[in-house]
Amino acid sequence: MLTCKQFLAELSDFLDEALGREERKRLEEHINQCPNCWVIADTTRKTIEVYKCSEPVPIPNDMRSRLMKALESKIASKKSC
Amino acid sequence: MVPEAVVFDEAKVVAQARAGDAAAFNELAERYHRNIFRLAQNITQNREDAEDVLQETFLKAYQHLAEFQGNSKFYTWIVRIAVNEALMKLRKRKWDKTVWLDEPVNVGDETVAREIAVWDDNPEQRYSQAELADILDKAVNSLAPPYRTVFALRDVEGLSTEETAETLDLSISAVKSRLLRARLQLRDKLTAFFKKKVEDPFAYL
Repeated sequence: MLTCKQFLAELSDFLDEALGREERKRLEEHINQCPNCWVIADTTRKTIEVYKCSEPVPIPNDMRSRLMKALESKIASKKSC
Repeated sequence: MVPEAVVFDEAKVVAQARAGDAAAFNELAERYHRNIFRLAQNITQNREDAEDVLQETFLKAYQHLAEFQGNSKFYTWIVRIAVNEALMKLRKRKWDKTVWLDEPVNVGDETVAREIAVWDDNPEQRYSQAELADILDKAVNSLAPPYRTVFALRDVEGLSTEETAETLDLSISAVKSRLLRARLQLRDKLTAFFKKKVEDPFAYL
């Protein structure tokens, strides 16, 4: 069986489903018998999900106006060339 | 998260912008500016720098639009511009001289020694949106720049491992090891907020 260290080294690929079938099976065998690694895998998966699902918040209005104004003058200066 | 391209035909809008349609370019800026600002903020950890990066990214994108080949998505292309701008800001900071020194990844002992607690099924629901955003931001900001940059690109902005490697000029294995490190460190930090609360510690008696 894999050691915890070997399992954790492959954890990202395991969670990203980027492993071949045999390798995946070896990792699954490990977590089925190692509660610590099961918890780490489960909570790391949730960590990734919570960030993936977070939407970017709107930027403040004044910052948005400054961006649009900068773009406007860039566009105007390019047109005048 | 990368904005969904359900009714938005990015290739068409980019083509219009390249043909000189300013409104089309503004539409692209409208669509992606929040993601670019979040990314810039995640890398620089400084609001002023992030705003500079935001502006520079779209100004440069507009200026170099003719060079955009369309081999990649427009979003990936501007992310690359933003990352370069943000990294330049970081490098200018004296206290970040060691930003790009690589450290060996030693996940074994480090992780097992930490708190291993089960989380709630939907731990994020315990917090308001603002509280959650604050928790997530603070956790990312606590990572060293090499790790938070890779994490922001892969798991926040949704780039692939290959796109992340190309954007940061890193090998695939360097991206993977940094990402693993970042994910484990974040997991560790979030455990304090998301772990299952034991309602009655003596319930088994």
